[in-house]
Amino acid sequence: MDDDRHDVTLMVNGVSYTRRVESRMLLSDFIRHDLALAGTHVGCEHGVCGACTILLDGEPVRSCLMLAVQANNHAISTVEGLAGKDGAYHPLQQAMHDHHGLQCGYCTPGILMTMSAFLDEHSSPSENEVREALSGNLCRCTGYQNIVDAVLSAAARMRG
Amino acid sequence: MMSTRTFGEPVKRNEDRRLLTGQALFIDDIELPGLLHAAFLRSQVAHARIRKIDVSRALQRPGVVAAYVADDLGDYWKPGPLLVPPPPIAGTIFHARTQVPLAKEKVRHVGEPLVIVIAESRYIAEDALDDIDIELETLPAVVDLEEALSAGSALVHDDVSSNVSAHVRQSKGNYAAAAAGADCIIKRRFRYEHGMSSPIETRGVVAQWDGRANQMTIWDTTQAPVFVRNGLAAMLGLNERQVRVIAPFVGGGFGPKIMMFYPEEVLLPWISMRLNRPIKWIEDRLEHFFATTQERGQIHDAEIALTKDGRILGIKDVFLHDGGAYDPYGLTVPINSQCTLLGPYVVPNYDSTFTQVFTNLPIVTPYRGAGRQHGVFVMERLLDLAAHVLDIDPAEIRRRNLIPPDAFPYNNQIIYQDFAPLTYDSGNYEPVLDMALDAIGYQTFKREQATARAQGRHLGLGVACYVEGTGIGPYEGAKVQVQSNGKVSIATGIGTQGQGHFTVFAQIAAEQLGVEVGDVDVVTGDTDQFYWGAGTFASRGAVVAGNAVNEASKAVRRKALKLASDLFECSEEDLVLDGGKVSIVGIPEKFVKLGDLASRANPMRGAVEPDTEPGLESTRYFGPKMGATANGVHAMIVEMDPDTFELKILKYVVVHDCGTVINPMVLAGQIHGGVAQGIGNAFYEKLAFDDQGQLLNASLADYLLPTALEVPRMELAHTVTKSPLNPLGIKGAGEAGAIPGGPLFAQAIEDALGLKAKGVELLEIPLSPSRLFELTRTAKG
Amino acid sequence: MARKRRDFFDLRDGPPHTLSAAFRGSRNALSLVGLPSSAMKPAPFKYIAANSLEQALALKAQYGDEAKFLAGGQSLIPAMNFRLARPAILIDINGIEALCGVRTSEATTRVGPLTRYRTLQRDAAFAGLFPLIDEALPHIAHPQIRNRGTIGGNLSHADPASELPAIAVALRARFHVQSATRARSIEAADFFVSALTTDLEPDEMLTEIELPLQSPRTGSCFMEVARRRGDFAIVGVAAQMTLDDHDACRDIRLTFCGVGETPVDASPAASMLIGQPPTGNTFRDVAASVQTMIEPAGSVHATADYQRHIAGVLTERALRTAHQRAHDGR
Repeated sequence: MDDDRHDVTLMVNGVSYTRRVESRMLLSDFIRHDLALAGTHVGCEHGVCGACTILLDGEPVRSCLMLAVQANNHAISTVEGLAGKDGAYHPLQQAMHDHHGLQCGYCTPGILMTMSAFLDEHSSPSENEVREALSGNLCRCTGYQNIVDAVLSAAARMRG
Repeated sequence: MMSTRTFGEPVKRNEDRRLLTGQALFIDDIELPGLLHAAFLRSQVAHARIRKIDVSRALQRPGVVAAYVADDLGDYWKPGPLLVPPPPIAGTIFHARTQVPLAKEKVRHVGEPLVIVIAESRYIAEDALDDIDIELETLPAVVDLEEALSAGSALVHDDVSSNVSAHVRQSKGNYAAAAAGADCIIKRRFRYEHGMSSPIETRGVVAQWDGRANQMTIWDTTQAPVFVRNGLAAMLGLNERQVRVIAPFVGGGFGPKIMMFYPEEVLLPWISMRLNRPIKWIEDRLEHFFATTQERGQIHDAEIALTKDGRILGIKDVFLHDGGAYDPYGLTVPINSQCTLLGPYVVPNYDSTFTQVFTNLPIVTPYRGAGRQHGVFVMERLLDLAAHVLDIDPAEIRRRNLIPPDAFPYNNQIIYQDFAPLTYDSGNYEPVLDMALDAIGYQTFKREQATARAQGRHLGLGVACYVEGTGIGPYEGAKVQVQSNGKVSIATGIGTQGQGHFTVFAQIAAEQLGVEVGDVDVVTGDTDQFYWGAGTFASRGAVVAGNAVNEASKAVRRKALKLASDLFECSEEDLVLDGGKVSIVGIPEKFVKLGDLASRANPMRGAVEPDTEPGLESTRYFGPKMGATANGVHAMIVEMDPDTFELKILKYVVVHDCGTVINPMVLAGQIHGGVAQGIGNAFYEKLAFDDQGQLLNASLADYLLPTALEVPRMELAHTVTKSPLNPLGIKGAGEAGAIPGGPLFAQAIEDALGLKAKGVELLEIPLSPSRLFELTRTAKG
Repeated sequence: MARKRRDFFDLRDGPPHTLSAAFRGSRNALSLVGLPSSAMKPAPFKYIAANSLEQALALKAQYGDEAKFLAGGQSLIPAMNFRLARPAILIDINGIEALCGVRTSEATTRVGPLTRYRTLQRDAAFAGLFPLIDEALPHIAHPQIRNRGTIGGNLSHADPASELPAIAVALRARFHVQSATRARSIEAADFFVSALTTDLEPDEMLTEIELPLQSPRTGSCFMEVARRRGDFAIVGVAAQMTLDDHDACRDIRLTFCGVGETPVDASPAASMLIGQPPTGNTFRDVAASVQTMIEPAGSVHATADYQRHIAGVLTERALRTAHQRAHDGR
């Protein structure tokens, strides 16, 4: 069959994009290759590893389980938009750096998006709550401990 | 003399910013004009003769540019090189059969590639796979190790008379005589399966041939860019200088990314030359289960002979090792099992024989631990079984057999994976055991356990010891250069997959040159930046490349001091190098910046003395004669649900000795990650191949990697026993965390469920709640 | 009556465990015909974003089995990425407002099928009315999945290891189903036909889930054993007990996921509890009865015997807890 193409307009990190995409293009591929925002990573394409996590209208979702066309008229946030315009780290990025919460860094963008949204909703999480929130993101390098410490530390910083 | 400023400090990482902000380049991020995409048609059966492959319909699909089968490659088609020859052990049998770029005549494991399709997008390439007509005549699959060796088994390789890939026997002393005089002999069959590396980033290759520049650039998620460059250049008929291999940021390696001349690595550059376009292949997660190497299982029939006070007289072990369909990596994994079984113990007599078996399963090459896990499991379990029979405390029986601290270097008298006799360079084992027992609360645990039991809770404790051979040769090199802006540049041939090389090597140089760690940039894994090296594997990066960086930095330091002493007309002893400048002791206002010295060393006018080099740089190599031996003890307390057999880790302690520590924060991260993989190996991860060689759990939904809820908080401590084999005194640490998980779980679970009293022994890994139910149901009590 | 219709993929013999079983199923179909073993991008399809329920149903009537509804996509899209599901037409229903929402009236709560798990998790009133669902939600996958996945999509997918189908049966849910030409309703117990197969006709959509409100003195408990939190259940149990004023059990619901092709309704086996105050002994008897009635299939994660054993263990624990909660007024 001929390509089935659709126009999509969406906001990404506050910037509006309009593109024409094949209906079957995954949102993860669209972000990475059509929009050249390669910070969002692909680990499994079946919704388990969480590396591709972005925020859709503020909520963490797996971009490998969405079609680009579904993002039409939505706002997404990716890791490229997490730091301030001047390059100042989000408290979670700073904490991940301080606590050595990343090694190869491949799972890191997905974790940053998942846990920054978590921290927006939970200002005083317990370690167990952090681990539960983190359990949908796989990391093969760190054993999670430093990531947990980073999240708890960022929470404390964000409480002020 | 300088004081330590950065070496040994938990310096935060130079590489973090790019990774945290999504600006780091990973292989799939590479976009090139005219980029084409590859997909593979892979065998769906484990063993078959190829009767027909017809790609004509695929070629007609819009967007498809080419499709190749084995015959299309002509002379280029050949089995890959043998990467590791068999070690020089007398009587060794070895049949080298290596992987091929595309299957010809026969397929030998599920996932073996048959056709490569090149198209405008990966989506279209995958569409085209459906268009290919293929006929395979299935053959019986060789899967079970013992059946594989029985008469009448199908043969994985028709030109080998059996499914024996290798047979090796190593021994020292006389086990039979030792056993004859033993008070206690324990003999058991053990089964140990290690799993797959499953990094979050799979593999990938991008090949770009530029016909006008006559230059091939290959981006590759390899742990060994230099070897890959050399091999591919030779295969393609190019000079090494025409080929540049770049390992960009790599999302986890853990071993299988050092397997070389994978079909995809071999095919993409050749196709790029033919089509004169860049080609990209990114392994998807499903492919990763078959197309990337993995580890699997061994069956050990092992026996230990002891005195009645628990001293080891000897060990005899006969084991089968599943090598998979091809054996390009030689005998590295089973030799590691054979050697690492000895552990930190005195074993006067040892007789170890293994058979590496061809099976119709994916290729086995090292994955973090690289066969050590299997050996450690056997030894630690034998000691636990002996402790029970002899009524000796499990920690005590280990203590009684530890190699004493004055016995080093300790020659185990058998050959290791680096082809040298297995010699432990240094070690002080008892304090490590004591610290671990103390940290886990060993003395008070029995009381706690009883109290918990009275409350209906089932707690158990495990302790396991191991040594780890690290830091082997052949060598690595580094170039250190001070630039005219005062910043320092390092290049080395190894690659990086998250170990913090950009920081750790910078610390070493910063220490010598008196600069800030943040002012040192490090390039790894680019063969145009550094020509020579071996790769990142076997816990050797920091040891070997780190020492090369140190030597080169020292040489640059000497040059800087000499230049400054010439400039100031004073002696070098009167100079201090700190804060990015050289100044005269006591007269800080008399200084010259390092960057200015670098400029001076590269004059635009004047003369340069013969036999000197311009610039403030140095290239040095480091090649240890043999590996340095790290060691450790893990201890763990678990709670078991006696009805569901679900497990929760309450406490996990690691005490580790890897000699001098460059960056304790990076080291701790390596241990954490290794422990997580050890937990996965022991209780969650299992490659469930059926008797047809089909993988029943080929997805991350069913191949269970531990999450943040399965990996507990870990408590780490370390001792420092420096290695005498390198100036920095360091030993490798990359694999340590992953090694003793198996016996630790077995011991702790037996303790929690009181299995010894019920006559149930845990002699296999992995375990799981269901498996524990099956193992315990026969023994009622 | 109940039609056997293969919904997402053609399962051959093997344990009813979605992705693995389905994948195994497609492999077993191989014989001499090549199937790509490496596919992780979806096959081509035509995408239509439906603006209204009418439009969605009209499209489904037009295309029948060639078309699939796209709701949360958390089960459908991975299957499409593996090319195990290859619908020619994808009808995106995420824009149909009418399919969202939770409305509670006197006797029932009506839940729109497009209601996301996350929405239910954040609805304190809903949690109070249906603690059984609330207790199960943290076991369903992970937060990112729960932000997109929908209750209607989950129920229509009918994964044998999925929690909500078993809970719907326990709660005596009633499903409302529509096509372009008619509307009907069906009890949850009759909706699940076999693994991944429901009673839905090719032109139908599940358009409302109706949950009867619980009587006073009702306690419930959901428990599951899985290898990791969020994984499919090896065995999951939903128990709901209502006591009368004399603390005798007057109603008991007991269902399981993961031990059959569909949710297993063991309420008849538990009916021995009715009429007297429950005791530990009777819980044990119910557990033994459950163990004899179920036929779990086993999987890569658990033997059938282990599943049977766990079903017994969880029965006792869940009944005990449900009883405690009914007694304490929770």
